[in-house]
Amino acid sequence: MVSLSVNGKTYQVDVEPDVPLLWVIRDYLKLTGTKFGCGVGICGTCTIHVDGKADRSCQLTAGDVQGKNVTTIEGLPKNHPLMQAWVEKQVPQCGYCQPGQIMQAASLLHENPSPTDEEIKDFMSDNLCRCGTYPRIVQAIKRASREAR
Amino acid sequence: MVGRMTRREFFRKSLAGTGLVLAISVNPFALRLIKADTLQEEPSEAFAPSAWLQITPDNRVTVMVNKSEMGQGVYTALPMILAEELEADWEQVQFKPAPARDAFKDPVWGSQSTGGSTSVRHMFPALRKAGAAAREMLVHAAAAIWQVPAEECRASLGSVTHRPSGQRLTFGELCLKAATVTIPDELPLKEPSGFSIIGTSKARLDIPEKVDGSAIFGTDVFVPGMLYAAIERPPAYGARLLLFDRKSAKGTPGVRHVVTLPGAVAVCADTMHAAWKGREALDAKWGQGSHPDLSNESLERLLINHADCEGALARQDGNPHDALFKAARRVEATYILPYLAHATMEPMNCTAYVQQNRCDVWVPTQNQSGVLQAAVELTGLSSEKVHVHTTFLGGGFGRRSETGVAEEAITLSQETRRPVKVLWSREEDMQHDFYRPANCAVIEAGIDARGLLTAWSQRIVAPSIFSRVLPDFIRKGVDPSAVEGVVDMEYEIPHARVEYIKLDTPVPVGFWRSVGHSYNAFTVECFMDELAIAAGEDPLAFRLKLLKNHPRTRGVLKTAAEKAGWGKPLPAGRGRGIAQHRSFGSHVAQVAELSVDTESGMIQVHKVVCAVDCGLVINPNTLTAQMESAVIMGLSAALKEKVVLNHGGVISENYEDYEILRMDEIPEIQVHIVKSKGPLGGVGEPGLPPVAPAVANAIFAATGARIRRLPLTAETILEAVGSIVSQKFLQ
Repeated sequence: MVSLSVNGKTYQVDVEPDVPLLWVIRDYLKLTGTKFGCGVGICGTCTIHVDGKADRSCQLTAGDVQGKNVTTIEGLPKNHPLMQAWVEKQVPQCGYCQPGQIMQAASLLHENPSPTDEEIKDFMSDNLCRCGTYPRIVQAIKRASREAR
Repeated sequence: MVGRMTRREFFRKSLAGTGLVLAISVNPFALRLIKADTLQEEPSEAFAPSAWLQITPDNRVTVMVNKSEMGQGVYTALPMILAEELEADWEQVQFKPAPARDAFKDPVWGSQSTGGSTSVRHMFPALRKAGAAAREMLVHAAAAIWQVPAEECRASLGSVTHRPSGQRLTFGELCLKAATVTIPDELPLKEPSGFSIIGTSKARLDIPEKVDGSAIFGTDVFVPGMLYAAIERPPAYGARLLLFDRKSAKGTPGVRHVVTLPGAVAVCADTMHAAWKGREALDAKWGQGSHPDLSNESLERLLINHADCEGALARQDGNPHDALFKAARRVEATYILPYLAHATMEPMNCTAYVQQNRCDVWVPTQNQSGVLQAAVELTGLSSEKVHVHTTFLGGGFGRRSETGVAEEAITLSQETRRPVKVLWSREEDMQHDFYRPANCAVIEAGIDARGLLTAWSQRIVAPSIFSRVLPDFIRKGVDPSAVEGVVDMEYEIPHARVEYIKLDTPVPVGFWRSVGHSYNAFTVECFMDELAIAAGEDPLAFRLKLLKNHPRTRGVLKTAAEKAGWGKPLPAGRGRGIAQHRSFGSHVAQVAELSVDTESGMIQVHKVVCAVDCGLVINPNTLTAQMESAVIMGLSAALKEKVVLNHGGVISENYEDYEILRMDEIPEIQVHIVKSKGPLGGVGEPGLPPVAPAVANAIFAATGARIRRLPLTAETILEAVGSIVSQKFLQ
């Protein structure tokens, strides 16, 4: 049994502590906005926040985050400036990587509320998108960053 | 769990007084409209109704979409077409994925599937007609209620107004009455000049749920009592399973079944994690496979050797043999391109539940008809007992035309009598793809004394996609997908010959965004650049001279060149390259601007300017997005992608060793839409083919080095630049 705090709620989940957090979030808590992409922490589709910082849920275990606050895409407020900017810039295509992109971007803006283009690209480059929505992601982050100011 | 209404349920609900439902039936000769209640019984096979709309008293217009949404925007574009003729208020329009039924087959293909950048082109006439019919019926319903002539009533923005009296009723208020009106014989369609929805950048209807994480992809389907399956697959083509530890796998906590499949073993467990642990515990040992010597090196030798063979004739204009002989100048080049993986962000997956009298399949598929047929064949159930629920697709690019993963899920559900979700790991996805064919082209061309291209002779060596998926379309030994873009290239060349040589390897090939165009544009457009230089001409001017009767392609070339500052001086080390290609009915030209670091071989693409003419534009923002997407995917392939084969199998495993383009590697991308009155063209694929040749031509412009293979890695560039330097030194 593992005790987890996800999106401000506490869950007692009947799993071994070595189970990847990704599967706990998806298959046990049914928070499916967090996606499986590569399983080795290099594509970013499973990005979540642990205590406010972006991390790869496929590389963390349930045990790793006990006592910490986990946030998934479902835990961001619906009127989050990034979500609004993502709609306004019509970013998603297939959409599969986008929750991970948004979680990564939220972590960026938390650390650096006014990033330059270069800082955005640098911070976001480990989140892959096969549809090539990258230019719009950059625009949306800049938009949200202006909005937040 | 994704719940979708079956068509019967759909009818029942609709006919229980919920409003106006229209079907479109298509026979081989004409589109014919029928009201849904006439279809209450199973329609005869002679009618294949192909589009639906439903107008309900809550004033919603629901458009059933028979095409799969994989990012290309069909869930918005197709409803826009119908809503335009309907005179709906766009705010009242919503989409619903269609079930897999004959009623929803593509009227051109006769199957329910998505590909070839055809969704809008194939559905445009039917959806307009459906919208127009419903509009006329709503108008007639209003006229009947008000007891006024229908000619005095007009539909606009989701309401019908009686102009003289100013009376007004919404579509929602009218839908029950409209359902009783006979379908008019005459269906006036709007003039394009009167379009108010088509041609505007409507926000995509699927984006909000893709932003907040609530969109349901295949992997997000959960069925109560479901097992998760992991499949152990052969590491090399034709490898046989020698032994595996069933007991140890079965003893892994959470594992319920170990099922032997043809050439594989599946572990079914309570969780994905347990299934993967169980698969590890199998400790499977495999034989060496049918082609142990297959590697990238042996593949390259095969490709080059095959180019010496005479191929099947794909095109013959004039007498290229004589024309080459007489040419003032002859140029020859050989190009080699690798196998490519689709690498969709959502790995292959499917969830199936086979019960005694029913089979449900939840699947992100581009091929509903194929999944339905597979389910019928595997279960023995009749097709109306099979329910295919199409989820969002986490990328398609042609990969999801294949039905293998659905067959696995259905089989495992039959074996375990439980719902089963099969989810491939990234490694399985990378190593068991149906790849973009590796290929080789040898081109020889002749230029006359005035510098005009007179003869073209090309041999294309490539594995055949069609011999597996559409064998009936192979004509005299030619796979049309292997020679597309060459047999029908627009350049006006009096003497041309194209041959196709089929290469047999055990590596399965399939449709990959833009298919044969993805490599044929590279060889043709790189070679065209070589010819321009040989003729002492500017590459743009040389092309324009060969396109006198092709105004649309001239238009995109000129636009891209002008917007990119073609001909304007650049600093040393920088270059611009141009390329154009017509595919899927659309004309695209691109100019790439880049710099090359001749010390490291690194290139940086600064800018890609893209001009597109696809005829009527449904949604300009989606068109722009698809061009951006295709430029980036094409650039990814050009700069980075190559499937690595060794010991008879694919050894590329994950995004670490099959890299795709990252955000810090993208150029500035400008998209210019060239307006034209040409016929509708596709949008999803045509932006991809010109990128790679534009980049390779820009490398030549920057360095003088010709690169005739992809990907354009630093080593390849260094080698090419090095050979230029050594040539100069020798001179």
